[in-house]
Amino acid sequence: MNKGYLDMELLRFTTAGSVDDGKSTLIGRLLYDSKSVFEDQLEAVTLASNRLGNAEVNLALLTDGLRAEREQGITIDVAYRYFATPKRKFIIADTPGHIEYTRNMVTGASTADAAIILIDARNGIVEQTLRHSYITALLGIPHVVIAINKMDLVNFSQEVYQSIKEKYDGIAKKTGLKNVYYFPISAKNGDNVVTISEQTPWYTGPSLLEFLEKVPVRTMDRINPGRLPVQWVIRPHKTEFHDYRGYAGHIAAGVFQVGDQVTVLPSGTTSTITHIEEAGKELTEAKEGESITIRLSDNIDISRGDMIVPASHLTRLSNEVKLMICWFNPKPLQAGGKYIIRHTSSELKGIVKSINYKMDINTLKQTTESIETIRMNDIASVTLKTSAPLKYDLYKENRTTGSIIFIDEFTNETVGAGMIYENE
Amino acid sequence: MKTNRHNHLKELEAESIYILREVAAQFERPVLLFSGGKDSIVIAHMAWKAFYPGAIPFPFLHIDTGHNFDETITYRDALAGRLGVRMIIGSVQESIDTGRVVEEQGYNASRNKLQTVTLLDSLEKYKFDAAIGGARRDEEKARAKERIFSHRDEFGQWDPKNQRPELWNIFNGRKQPGEHFRVFPISNWTEMDVWQYILQENIELPSLYYTHEREVFERDGMWLAAHPCIRRRPEEVPELKRVRCRTIGDITCTGLISSEAYSVENIIDEIASSRVTERGNRSDDKRSEAAMEDRKKRGIFKLTIYFLDRRNFPLAQI
Repeated sequence: MNKGYLDMELLRFTTAGSVDDGKSTLIGRLLYDSKSVFEDQLEAVTLASNRLGNAEVNLALLTDGLRAEREQGITIDVAYRYFATPKRKFIIADTPGHIEYTRNMVTGASTADAAIILIDARNGIVEQTLRHSYITALLGIPHVVIAINKMDLVNFSQEVYQSIKEKYDGIAKKTGLKNVYYFPISAKNGDNVVTISEQTPWYTGPSLLEFLEKVPVRTMDRINPGRLPVQWVIRPHKTEFHDYRGYAGHIAAGVFQVGDQVTVLPSGTTSTITHIEEAGKELTEAKEGESITIRLSDNIDISRGDMIVPASHLTRLSNEVKLMICWFNPKPLQAGGKYIIRHTSSELKGIVKSINYKMDINTLKQTTESIETIRMNDIASVTLKTSAPLKYDLYKENRTTGSIIFIDEFTNETVGAGMIYENE
Repeated sequence: MKTNRHNHLKELEAESIYILREVAAQFERPVLLFSGGKDSIVIAHMAWKAFYPGAIPFPFLHIDTGHNFDETITYRDALAGRLGVRMIIGSVQESIDTGRVVEEQGYNASRNKLQTVTLLDSLEKYKFDAAIGGARRDEEKARAKERIFSHRDEFGQWDPKNQRPELWNIFNGRKQPGEHFRVFPISNWTEMDVWQYILQENIELPSLYYTHEREVFERDGMWLAAHPCIRRRPEEVPELKRVRCRTIGDITCTGLISSEAYSVENIIDEIASSRVTERGNRSDDKRSEAAMEDRKKRGIFKLTIYFLDRRNFPLAQI
């Protein structure tokens, strides 16, 4: 057996594009060409293609799962796809292009290391492209792939490709996107998706898949200060573990080491790490992304919702923050609205003190007109006051400690998402 | 500057442990649905890791159709003892005896669909508000869109067009009285990940997963166990073959595959070269394309006529 399989990196990416830009086809192509499609799946898709009167196998049907969208021929919700090459394992958050489903793109983008934005070579940059680019920047996705698709329908023209690329450079600048990469592809025929196409001799870069296999995954540099939101306190109530108190959680940033001086927020109590454990296995250090248990030298009162941080690098602490929000619910947000706020492992109450401005994402301009209510799919800046202080970092510093969700007090639905960008 | 990367198994495990701890913290009465299959075994293993040295803070529930492979029951009881968890058994035989359900007749008779009633009765009896299951998004297209914390309304229905957005790693388990959640900690795992993890963690599995000699017969292009629970047609003559299970469920609908794989390494090699999904060996899944979605959407009212999936989860679930 190839033991190399046990040690692969994981890359999470999201896809965005307007209706009919060929997103589902691109994903179908990646799955198919990387041999991640099984015979029984292909058989089902071939049958379905025939039923729909498609002359060739329609790869988009590999991913368009729900019947409602099958009938409309569009994707209506975030779907997660999985494939692996010998080099990497991939998780795709496939998100729809429809304007009314912005919330799905935000959802898919929230955990992504890279975004693929599709552009139909025939149509060039459209209103949706701007929207998708803005959301990609807002959600802080580190790498952006611009896949200029349907190149076969413009005779693989270098001029078309160049002109779109130049126009998009402007958008990238406007939205603040860095690390932007361009690919001329045909998802339907496979050009430059997995293998380099003979149709584009003028293109000298890698294929899209080669790129995805090599693009750096979030590097967890050791400079970010440690952040451990306490999820669960382990108290075994067994004689052999009589005085055991372990603080379990998923490290949101940085590195913790045995011997580190730490502060527990919000109380401000300080202590020293005596043990870092993973199911009884003693570790000397643990880092971002690991689920571990920490024990401290002092018996202090710590519960779910507290955060353990290095004594030298506390989080910000405030019960008033400014957020960029994306609203998800048909019931609009209004100034003065009360919500349940979830931030890392803590839950508190919040009131929207003010709506500062709305983003017009067609022009990328801030507007203060008609900002009394924030409607579904709107993006806006609000000031939020919370019932207890938030222990937070800015979203651009840390996606976990800088993000919150809004929950409706009565329906319990998740109605909005917010990214902290400034404290008052 | 030294950078740190995790391999994919480490990252997937950390995510699943995080989810299990969230379930324990956010719900009053969670339960882990244990089928005896590899996915629920992997979740049980991670639940042990998540709360160690504390006990796993929720019981397990196994819906026993009475038509199990013996190895499943032996394994189940040993595991419960080793982990020190309470294993609640929901007995389909009892549901039959008390008249809650009526046993099917005929060649394709199965207790698979009867389990739904037993399961729902059990969930209600113990007032469980979150049922942890082993479904993975890579298994089926309808599952690809299901959330990790998947809300069920008071009618037990899943509404695929109106799911709660799930962002970052913030999970919203808030609910009204009478509503429930299904939670899928290994949503982001593939079949290959599960096997690689079993290898890495050296997890003991029921012997059924490895090659063994068994009397089997062919039906609809699948090998089924020659067992008193399955009525055979005269032409369905059993033969002795070397087989193994790729998935484990009720004996009447668990297809076996011809295999010589005797170790986890062998199985990983076998899967790497396999051209058929694991659900391709399930007789209960051999239905129309949108079948799973239909079954899930209908909810509790029509539950009794729908099948459970292979982990004793009703596809339409409260």
